[in-house]
Amino acid sequence: MTGPILDVRGLTFAYPDGRPVLAGVDLRVAAGERVALLGPNGAGKTTLLLQLNGILRPASGTVTVAGLPVTPRNLREVRRLVGVVFQDPDDQLFMPTVRDDVAFGPANLGVRGAKLDRAVADALAAVGMAEAAARPPHHLSLGERRRVALATVLAMRPALLVLDEPTSNLDPVARRELAEILTGLDVAVLMVTHDLPYALQLCERSAILSGGRIVADGPTGALLADASLLAAHRLELPFGFDPAFGRR
Amino acid sequence: MERLVRRLPAQVKVAALVGFALAVVAVPRDALALHAGHAVLLAAVVLAARVPGRALARGLTVEVPFVAFALFLPFVATGPRVEVLGVSLAQAGLAGAASLLVKATLGMLAAVTLASVTRPAELLDGLRRLRIPAQLVEIGAFMLRYVEVVGDEWRRMGVARAARGFVAASPAAWPALSRSVGALFLRAYERGERVHLARLARGYAGPTGAGGVPATAAQWCAGAALPAAAALVSATGLLGGWGA
Repeated sequence: MTGPILDVRGLTFAYPDGRPVLAGVDLRVAAGERVALLGPNGAGKTTLLLQLNGILRPASGTVTVAGLPVTPRNLREVRRLVGVVFQDPDDQLFMPTVRDDVAFGPANLGVRGAKLDRAVADALAAVGMAEAAARPPHHLSLGERRRVALATVLAMRPALLVLDEPTSNLDPVARRELAEILTGLDVAVLMVTHDLPYALQLCERSAILSGGRIVADGPTGALLADASLLAAHRLELPFGFDPAFGRR
Repeated sequence: MERLVRRLPAQVKVAALVGFALAVVAVPRDALALHAGHAVLLAAVVLAARVPGRALARGLTVEVPFVAFALFLPFVATGPRVEVLGVSLAQAGLAGAASLLVKATLGMLAAVTLASVTRPAELLDGLRRLRIPAQLVEIGAFMLRYVEVVGDEWRRMGVARAARGFVAASPAAWPALSRSVGALFLRAYERGERVHLARLARGYAGPTGAGGVPATAAQWCAGAALPAAAALVSATGLLGGWGA
C-alpha cells in the first residue's frame, strides 16, 4: 500500500482573537478508508475540515494530501483531491440547475465539453440524481440536495471525501440512501458527525477530536463501547443503542 | 456635552440630520465657500459627541459611487470649457462636481455621526415617532436583524465555492458570483417568508405602535441647534450675495 491519502501532523490553529482551536492534531487516513471524526460541539471539527483543503492555514504543523503538501502553490490540485461536502447543501448549491451546479467544480479545473458532460452525468448517476439534472436545486428535498451536493464534489474525482455532518436533519430513509451511496463509492472518506450509529455503520475507524486534539483513534466499535471515554468528551449514544448489537 | 448628544431622542436627531442636509443642499453650486461654515458646525457636533474618526472614515466609503459620478461630470457637461493639464473640461461640470462632492461628504458625515450616536433600535423608534410609514420601518428593522445572518450565509457560500477550486481573479468569475448573489437573494427571500410565517404563528397582525420616548420641547430645541445654525449660514451667505 502507498502512503496515506491524508496525513495531518502537529496541526495547530487559533482564531484571530488568539483563542486556540486546534492544539496539535495528528490524523492519517489511508486510501479507500472511511474514518469518522467525532467530538463535542466546539471541539474544532469544522475548523480542522477547512484546513484539509487550505481554506484555513495552520499556525504550525502540516497537512499532506496524497503526498502533496497543502500550501498556497498546490491549492488548485489540493481542492480537486479533497472534496468537501458542507453541512448545509444550500451553501454549496447556487446555480440555476443541478447540472450547472455539478459542472461548476470540474469547470473550475478546466474540464470542458464532452468530458465535462460525462463527469456531470457520472457524478449524478453515482448519487441517483440523474433525472434531476435540469431541476433547480432549491426545489429539491433536503435529502436530494445533500445528494446533489455530494455529486458536486464527486464530479471533481476527489481522492478524499470530507463530509460535515452528512446526516443532519435527514429523515431515516434519506439517511439510509446516503449510506448506501457512500458505501458504494471507491474513495477515502473522512466524516465529521454526531451521529454515532452512522459512524459505526459506515466507518471501520473513528477518531475523537476534543479540546483541539485527537484524544482517541481506533476501531469505531471499540470506541463506542467505551462509555467512560464517550462521557469524558461529551459524546452519547442514542437511547437504547447498543454498539455491540449494531456491529455487522 | 457628549451625553447630551447621545441622549437626545432618536426622532430629534433624525429631524436634525434632515434639517442639516436640507440647509446644505440649499446652497447654490457657485457658493461653495458657504460649506466651510457647515463643516465647522458639523465638526463641533462630531467633537462634542466624540465620534471616532475611524467610524467616520468607514462611513465615507459609501460615498464612492458619488465620487465616481462627480469625476465623470466635467467631461460630459456642456458649456464653456477650460484647459486643465491639457485636458478640456466643462466649467459647469467642474463646479457641479465640486458642489456634489462637498454636499455628499457633508451629508454622509452627518449621517455617520447620527449612526454612531444612536443605537439602531432607537433609530427605528425615532423613525416610527416621526410617522415614517410603518411598513418602511418594519423593512428597516428586518434588515437590521438579518443583515448579519445573510452576510454569514454569503461568507459560507464563498468558502463552499473556494472548496471547489473557484478563484475570483478575473471578470470570468463574474457569472458565478452573480449566480451566487441570485441564490443568496432567493434564500433571503425564502427566509423572509419563513420568518413572516413564524411571526403570524405568534399572532402578528401588522406593525405595532412606536416605542422609545417622546421628546420634550427642550430636547427639540437642542436638536434644532445644528440645522438652525446651518440654515443661518446658508441664508446669510445667500442674502450677502454669495450665490449671485
